[in-house]
Amino acid sequence: MVALVLNDEQRMVKDSADGFFASEGPVAQLRKLRDAKDADGFDRGLWAKMAEMGFAGVAIPEQFGGAGLGMVAAGLIQEAIGRNLTLSPFLSSAIVAATAIAKGGSDEQKAALLPKMASAALIVALAADESPRHAPQHVATRAEPSGNGFRLTGAKPFVLDGHVADRLIVAARTSGAEDDVAGITLFLVDPKADGVSISRRSMVDSRNAAAVTLEAVQVDGADVLGTVGEGFATLEAALDAGRACLAAEMLGVSAQSFETTVDYLKQREQFGQKIGSFQALQHRAAHLFCEVELARSVTLKALTALDSGDARAPFYVSLAKAKAGDVAKLATNEAVQMHGGIGMTDEYDIGFFMKRARAAGETFGDGAFHGDRVARLLAY
Amino acid sequence: MDETAELQAFRAETRAWLDANCPEEMRQPIEGDGDVCWGGRKVRFKNEAQKLWLDRMAQKGWTVPEWPKAYGGGGLSRDENKILQTEMRRIKARPPLSSFGIWMLGPALLKYGNEAQKLEHLPRIARGEIRWCQGYSEPGAGSDLASLRTSAILDGDEFVVNGQKVWTSYADRADWIFCLVRTDPSAAKHLGISFLLFDMESPGVSTSPIKLISGYSPFCQTFFDNVRVPKDNLVGQPGKGWDIAKYLLTHEREMIGGMDMGSMGRDSMHQMAKKAIGTGKSGRLKDGLLRADIVRHEIDAMAFGLTMERVKDEAKAGQGVGALSSMLKYYGTELNKQRQELLMSIGGSDSLTWEGEDRHDGDMAKTWLRSRANSIEGGTSEVQLNIIAKRVLQLPGA
Repeated sequence: MVALVLNDEQRMVKDSADGFFASEGPVAQLRKLRDAKDADGFDRGLWAKMAEMGFAGVAIPEQFGGAGLGMVAAGLIQEAIGRNLTLSPFLSSAIVAATAIAKGGSDEQKAALLPKMASAALIVALAADESPRHAPQHVATRAEPSGNGFRLTGAKPFVLDGHVADRLIVAARTSGAEDDVAGITLFLVDPKADGVSISRRSMVDSRNAAAVTLEAVQVDGADVLGTVGEGFATLEAALDAGRACLAAEMLGVSAQSFETTVDYLKQREQFGQKIGSFQALQHRAAHLFCEVELARSVTLKALTALDSGDARAPFYVSLAKAKAGDVAKLATNEAVQMHGGIGMTDEYDIGFFMKRARAAGETFGDGAFHGDRVARLLAY
Repeated sequence: MDETAELQAFRAETRAWLDANCPEEMRQPIEGDGDVCWGGRKVRFKNEAQKLWLDRMAQKGWTVPEWPKAYGGGGLSRDENKILQTEMRRIKARPPLSSFGIWMLGPALLKYGNEAQKLEHLPRIARGEIRWCQGYSEPGAGSDLASLRTSAILDGDEFVVNGQKVWTSYADRADWIFCLVRTDPSAAKHLGISFLLFDMESPGVSTSPIKLISGYSPFCQTFFDNVRVPKDNLVGQPGKGWDIAKYLLTHEREMIGGMDMGSMGRDSMHQMAKKAIGTGKSGRLKDGLLRADIVRHEIDAMAFGLTMERVKDEAKAGQGVGALSSMLKYYGTELNKQRQELLMSIGGSDSLTWEGEDRHDGDMAKTWLRSRANSIEGGTSEVQLNIIAKRVLQLPGA
C-alpha cells in the first residue's frame, strides 16, 4: 500500500504551486475579472504562465508534451487554486478533457490535441451533463449515422468553460435508452461548426459555463473519441479525475477559509476581549480543524489511488468528493458566521470562498450523488 | 512502494510461523470480554488454546512487537510490526494479550522509567504476568484532573498513601496500580504531582465496583488507607508526574479513539444492515433514509481511518502536526457513539433485548450503553476540543 505522504517531487510541486498562485492568481484577480465582466472570465496571460510552469500539462503524458506528473501533483496544484480562488481552464481542459483524450483517444488525436493543451494553445471542454443534477449516464443527445460520420442533436446546459472552448468533447447516444451506460459515444466537436450554438452562463462563483445546443451537427468518423457505444468508461475516468481535483480544490477552499477565520478570531474584540477566547467559538473552530484534516486524508487517498491504478480508485474518488464537499460547505458557512456582519459584505473576500464551495460541491456530483455511489460500490 | 527483500522475507517467515502456531480457536471472532485475555496473577484462561497462544506470542516478544528485546519485546521496526499485524488480520488471529500495561504504562516506563523499573516491570507486562490498573480520576478531580488530592507523604524509605480514586478500570482484577499522587501539597496544582507504582495487595488498598447503566461493572472506587510504598517505586522525578500523566493520556486517547474502528472479523455496518433489512430490486437497502445515514457514517469512518493512517505515515516521515491525539480521541469516540446508535436502529426491536435465552442477548443494548462513556473517559470531548483550540489553533485563553 502506498504511504499517505508526499514524496520529494510532490513537495516541490506543492511549494511551487503555493507560491505561484498566491502571487500570480490571488483573490484580488478574481474580483477584478468579475467587476470588469471580462469576456473570457479568466486571465489568458496567467493561463500561459501556468503552461510555462508545467501546470497545464501536469496530467498529460510526457510523450505528448506534458509533464506527466500524475494526479497527486495535479491535486496539489488544484488545492493551491482553491486557496486563492484562481480562475483558469485548469480543471475543465487540463484535467477533465486531457484525461478523456489521454484515456480514450487514438494516437493521432492525442498527438494533435494534447501538446497544444499542455502549452495553453488549445482549450477543450467536456459537454456531458444534460440535467441540473449530475447524472453522467443520462444522455439523450442523439448521434445518428450520417455520411462517413454522425449527425448530433441535443442540448448540454452545463459545459464548464464552454464559452472559451476551442474544441468540445460531446457525449451522445449512438444506441440504447436514455439512462443506459452502454451506447454512449464521445465525439470531438468544433464549436464553430454549423448547428452548434454556445450561450455563456456566468455563475455565482464568477466562473463560467456554457449552454451548448447541437442542431444536426455533422461530425466525421475520425472525430469519434474511442470506440462507438463504449464511451462511458472514458467519460467516467475523465469525471473521476475532475472529481478528485475538485475534492483537492475544496480542501484548499476549506483550509484557507478556516485559517482566515482562526486569524479573525484572534483579532476581533467584543465584550472587551478577543472573540477567540469564547469557548462556543473555540469548540466550533476545533471541530472544523478535525474535519479539514479528514478531508485532507480522503483527498490524498483518492489522488494516490488514481496514480497507482488501484481498482478501487472510483470508490475513493467518491469518498473524497462527498467528504471534501461536506467539509467545504461547513468550513465556508462557519467562516461567514464567525466573521459576523463583515462576512456578508461583498468587500470582504470570505464570501467568495462560500460561493466557490457551493459550485465546486455541485460540479460532477454532490454529497448525495457520491454517497449513493459509495454505497453502490459497497453493494448496498 | 514495493516491499524490500528483507521485509518480504519477514512476511513469509511471519506467515509461516503464525500458520503453524496460532491455534484454530484463536482465529474466531471475539464474542465478548470473556474472549479477551487480560493476563495477570488472577488470570483464568478460557481454554488451553488461549494460554498456548499467549505463551507462544510472548516467547517471540510479539505481545509487544516494537518494544526492545531486553524488556520482553519483539524488537520489530514499525514496518515489520505493520506486516505482523496484517498477517494476523489475514488469519483473523486474536490479539494474544490486552492490557493497560501494554497500551499505557509500558510506553510511559520506556520513556520515563529508570533501568531497574524497566527491567522489573516491562517483561512481566509483556508475558501477561502482571495486570495493571490506572489510578487517575478522583471524586473531585474529573475533567480537572490536576486538582487531585490523593496524598503520598515520605516517611523514611516509604511513601504513605492516603486518598480515593474513582473510575479505576478493573481495579478489582488488577495486580498493580500506576497512580497519580500529590507529593508536595504546597506546590502549584500541576507541580506537586508524582507518578507512583504499587502492588494492589499492599495493606490498606481496597476496591468497590461501580454498577453502570450498561449493567457492567468495569470500573471501581479504590481506597488507600495508609498504604506504604517503597520510595524507589516513584517514576521520574518527584513533582514531575503531570508530564508523565499527559504523555500516558495521549496513548490512552489514541487507544480509545481507535476502539471499535477496525471491527475485526465482524461484518461491516452495511453488511449487517443488508442482512437485517434486505435490499430491493436495485440492490439498494430497502430503507432509503437509514441507507443515507449509514453511508454518511461510513464515509466519515473511512475518512477517519485514512486520517489515522496518514498521521502515522507522516510521523514516520518526520512530518505532520502535533497534539493530534486529542483530534483522534474526540473524533473517534464521537464516531463510535454514532455507530452504536445506528447499529441499534438497524437491529430495531431486536436490539432492545436485555436478557434472553441466547448468551448474546442483551449484547447490543449493553454495547450501545457502554459506548456512551467513550466521549467522557480519558478526557471528555469538550476537554479535547479545548486542547485543540489552545495547543493547535493557539486561540487565546478565556
